[in-house]
Parts: sequence; structure tokens; C-alpha cells
Amino acid sequence: MTDVVATNETILVVGGGISGMTAALEAAETGKQVVLLEKNPALGGRTSQLYRYFPKMCHPTCGLEINLRRLKANPRVRVLTQAEVTGITGSAGDYTATVKLAPRYVNENCTACGACADAVKTEVDNPFNYNLGKMKAAYIPSAMAYPQRYVLHPSIIGTADAEAAKAACKYGAIDLDQKEETIEIKAGAVVWATGWQPYDAAKIQPYGYGRYKNVITSVEFERLADPHGPTGGRILRPSDGKEAKNIAFIQCAGSRDENHLRHCSRICCMASLKQTHYVREQHPEDGKSTIYYIDIRAIDRFEDFYQKVQADPSVTFVKSKVARISEDENGNPVCWGVNTEGYKRYSNPHDLVVLAVGMEPSVKGVAIPANVVFDSSGFIEADPANGGVFGAGCASNALDVNRAVQSATAAALRAIQVVNKVARAEV
Amino acid sequence: MSANQEMAAKYKNSFLKEVEDQVEMGEWVKMCMQCGVCSGSCPTNFHPGWEHPPQEIFMMIRAGKREEVLTSPSMWMCTSCYNCIVRCPRKLPITHIMHGLANYAHRLGVAPKNQPTRAFSTLFWSNAIATGRVNELKLSMGLYFKDAEGKINIGEGIKKGLAMKDVALGLLKARRLNPFEIFGGHKCKDQKGIAAMLKKARELEDKRKALPQSGASR
Repeated sequence: MTDVVATNETILVVGGGISGMTAALEAAETGKQVVLLEKNPALGGRTSQLYRYFPKMCHPTCGLEINLRRLKANPRVRVLTQAEVTGITGSAGDYTATVKLAPRYVNENCTACGACADAVKTEVDNPFNYNLGKMKAAYIPSAMAYPQRYVLHPSIIGTADAEAAKAACKYGAIDLDQKEETIEIKAGAVVWATGWQPYDAAKIQPYGYGRYKNVITSVEFERLADPHGPTGGRILRPSDGKEAKNIAFIQCAGSRDENHLRHCSRICCMASLKQTHYVREQHPEDGKSTIYYIDIRAIDRFEDFYQKVQADPSVTFVKSKVARISEDENGNPVCWGVNTEGYKRYSNPHDLVVLAVGMEPSVKGVAIPANVVFDSSGFIEADPANGGVFGAGCASNALDVNRAVQSATAAALRAIQVVNKVARAEV
Repeated sequence: MSANQEMAAKYKNSFLKEVEDQVEMGEWVKMCMQCGVCSGSCPTNFHPGWEHPPQEIFMMIRAGKREEVLTSPSMWMCTSCYNCIVRCPRKLPITHIMHGLANYAHRLGVAPKNQPTRAFSTLFWSNAIATGRVNELKLSMGLYFKDAEGKINIGEGIKKGLAMKDVALGLLKARRLNPFEIFGGHKCKDQKGIAAMLKKARELEDKRKALPQSGASR
């Protein structure tokens, strides 16, 4: 595990989502040595948790699949999972990163047969499904996980369950003696691609997320629509498991708000427009989507996608930011507000409310172990003071997958220039 | 020329600029993005109260609807609960703007005549500045002996007084109500000082409002 060969001509990429994978691959395919670190047991990040992408409505298995193939074919990228950077010292062209590696308790012999999961009884929250369901404590993170290897949840180590998993494994893949390790990695440049997290919807107090079961977030809705998700792809409301047919989407839930996130998260409008497709797909006859919005920001070439949704009779647009949500006696969430078009008061009951939550940079308030400049929202600024550390993807701005990939390629190019200088290939 | 005509002439076509210059916190009006959270959060709004919710008032100001805004009873309905200020995504001081608009309309003499909040505020203010202390007996009497149109009505006053008789007796017993307050009542020591202070405050305010506020960076 620790045999990582890295020099000051190596590029260190932190974060193994779509941005990190892209940056690592772009750099490696130009001939650079790359170490790619991922905190979770599998690559793919939040992209792998989506049901479909906009605007083409294709599945993320497709886009990620291509990157995984490139990765498997490239000997210059070293992937370390369950790895977290705890410190970075040095300057551009000569960094040393301290990396903490958490134990997986499963070695390379694993064939992903699943015998250990059958043997283990303990169940834990499933973070891949945003904790909407449970999973066995011996698990494979997702259907398309890379590396395709099981993981033992640390909570069962030292219990009979761990021994049961070990006994069930025919390949000697379970190693309960693995310990946490700390290693040092040399690097000439660092690409910081740690992505984003959904804004904590419970902080938007009048919306009742956490108090009302049928108020969920847009990322949770993705998991409900996904056949690999907790409901097998059926949009069922959490309170009573009934099919949700009349669904409200609330835009700017946390974004463009001085009390929450001051920036526009850029993807949420498109995500909700996309999610109205899921509703119509499941209930072509009587599915109903209502989008409450301040103004729809279908950025760039996505305007035609917006126009198609506008033409859909099952979708209603209400120009108003919902002020408050209550719950009626049937457990239906009720949206209250005033429609800006005509200034009419409304209080509309729905089966389910989906909050299009904003993108909070994962680096916000986290001490990145390097000197990095942040903007007023907590994203990494492209600033010369950062030296050889470059933000990529959603660590640097609120971006969709397409733009995150562009941003990651740009970061890779900057990192390549730094290590080229070290190698005296460029002045 | 009335104060109202004077201001209307001065700002001709820009009511927004007039509000920015003359209304307390008026310079914030342009920051509204019409999301509607203030209107939806207003506790009085879902009862048939406000003719124009705050968000609509802001849009009317920008649209130059001077007459409609200044004569509207809407901003007088504000209960100062501050829900809108707390929730406004752009941190507009909405409560203060509502008070500022109401005050401005009052000074120009175009606010709705018998709007109860306006009538009470006027009564309270003149009561308080007369002696430097609020004379509660005179204040409540002033309210009792008026009808819905704001005219003095003795019969109405006696009726209301009788209805509240038990409360009044209770207050008397607890020594919270002194009937002799009707003859002048207790005063603050330095009445001249209070008057001078209020005069100075008004002077400062007028001076500030004479300076153009709009365009000032914030």
C-alpha cells in the first residue's frame, strides 16, 4: 500500500470525483506521473450518485465508465482510496504532502463475490444513498465502484461480525489486522479537487427539512429516481411510502441568500428541470411538477432544455420563492407564498417537496493544509499566491459536470507547467 | 404649493430617486430581487390586510407609481415583527423601509386620513411631546371618544368606557390609573430641554435628507 513512488515532478490530485479523475488523467496522458487521492473507498464522487445528467439525460455510468477505462489503461496514475491529506509543506515545485490512509480491511484478493456481506448481520447508514437506506457493514460502495472491492465498516472491527466475514471469504481477502497508516508524498504541483457538498437544508428553518418527512433535497431525489437507489427507482415519499405524483421543486434553497450561500449555485435550476422528466417518466398520465423560482437560470446553451420543459403541460412554473412550508393533516407539505406575477397569495399542498439545495464548497471553513486564497463564498480563487496549488471543479466554483471537467483540464495544464519547470523542460 | 406638490415637482419622473433621498432606508429599494419571501413571511399578509405586499410596494416605487404608493394603507399595516428582515435573502431592512414610507407619506399629508395606526401614532406622539411623558389617561380617552371616521363622538366614548369599567376599576385599585392625571398630569423636569432636543433632531434629519442619497455606495 505504501509503495508510492513520487518525486517533485509528480502531480498530486486531491479528490477522486469527476474533476479529480479528469485532472489526473489529462496530466498522466501527457506523460506526467500522478498520484490521485480519494477520501471514500471508491472513485466517482457525487457524479456517481446522480441518476441522470442534463441535458442529454444519459446515465453517469456512461461518462464515468470512459474515465475508468482511461484510468485502468494508464500506468502513470497511482490511485489511493480512503486517503486524506493532513498537511502540505514546501512551495511550488517542491511539496511534501502528509496523507492518512484508513484501513479497508479487504486486500487485493477480493473478487467482489459478496460472500462477506451475506455473512455480516450489522447494518449501517448508506452514505451513497444520502443515508436514505441501510446497507450491510461489509459493502461495495456502489454498483460501479472503482476499485471493485468490498469494504468493512470500521464499526464491526473486533466483533463477531468481522470474524464471520473473514470466515466467509474463500479468497483470503479479508485482513482484519490492517491499521491506519500515514505516508508522505512528494509532489511538484497539487490539484485540489475536493468538490462540493449539498447545503445543509435544515438550516433553512421555514422549510422544515428534518421536521417534515416529505420535504427532501434534490440530491436525495436523485437517489429515489435511481434503480440502484433505496426504493429501486420508484419515487416514493418517505413518510408513508406512497407514490409521489404531485411534486414541488423549490429553487434557490440556500443559494442567492445572504443568510445562507451568497452565490448562485448554477446547477440547481437545470437539476430541477431535469428532475421533472423523472416525474413525467414514472407517471405519464397524472404526474405533476411545480417549480417555484425567482428566475430560471438555464445557463448557456441549456435555454432550449428550459423551453422544452416549459412546453410540457405537466410542469407548472410559479414565479415566487416559497416563504414557508407547513404540513397538513394528511402529511402533505403545503407551500406558502406570494406569486410575483400578480402578487396573489397561495398555499398549495403537494405530495412531496424537493429543495434544490445549493452547492457549498467542501473546502469552506476547512483548513486546507496549504496557503490558498478563497473567494467570499469559500471557493478556491485562482490566485498567484496559491503557488503550485490549483483548485479544480467545484472546489473552485459552482459548476455542472461539463464545466467541472473543463475546469479540471485547465488545472491539469497549470500543474503540468509547474512540473515542467522542475524538469527544466520549460522555462 | 403643498409639501407634496413640491416634492413631486422636484423629482418629476423618478419616484425611486425621491424614495432614495427622502425615505428612511429608501436607498435599499433598488436591491429587491422580487423573490417574495417578505410577503410570504408577513404574519398579517394572509389575512385580508395588505393591499400591496412589500415586494409589490418596491416594484410600484420602481415603476413610478407615486400616488398609489404614498396613499396606500399597506405600509401602515406593518406590525414590526421583523420576520421579513430576518428572512430577506438580500438583507433589505424591509420593516424600516415600511416605517420610512409611512412616515414620509404622513409628512407630505397624503397618507390615508383615518388609518387607525396613523391616527394612534399621531395621538401618541403629540401626547408624549406635550409634557415629555405619556399621559395614559388622556391617551386612552382620546381613543375612546372617537368613532371609526376619526370624529369626536361622546356616546361612543361612554359606551366604550362602560365596557372597560371593570378593567379601569382594577387599575385604580392597583394604583395604576390616577384620575387626577386629567388635570395636566405628571411631567418631566426639563420640558424646554426635551423640546430643544426634538427640534435639533428634526433639523439634523432635514439636513441629511437635503443631501442626495441615491447613488451612494453601500
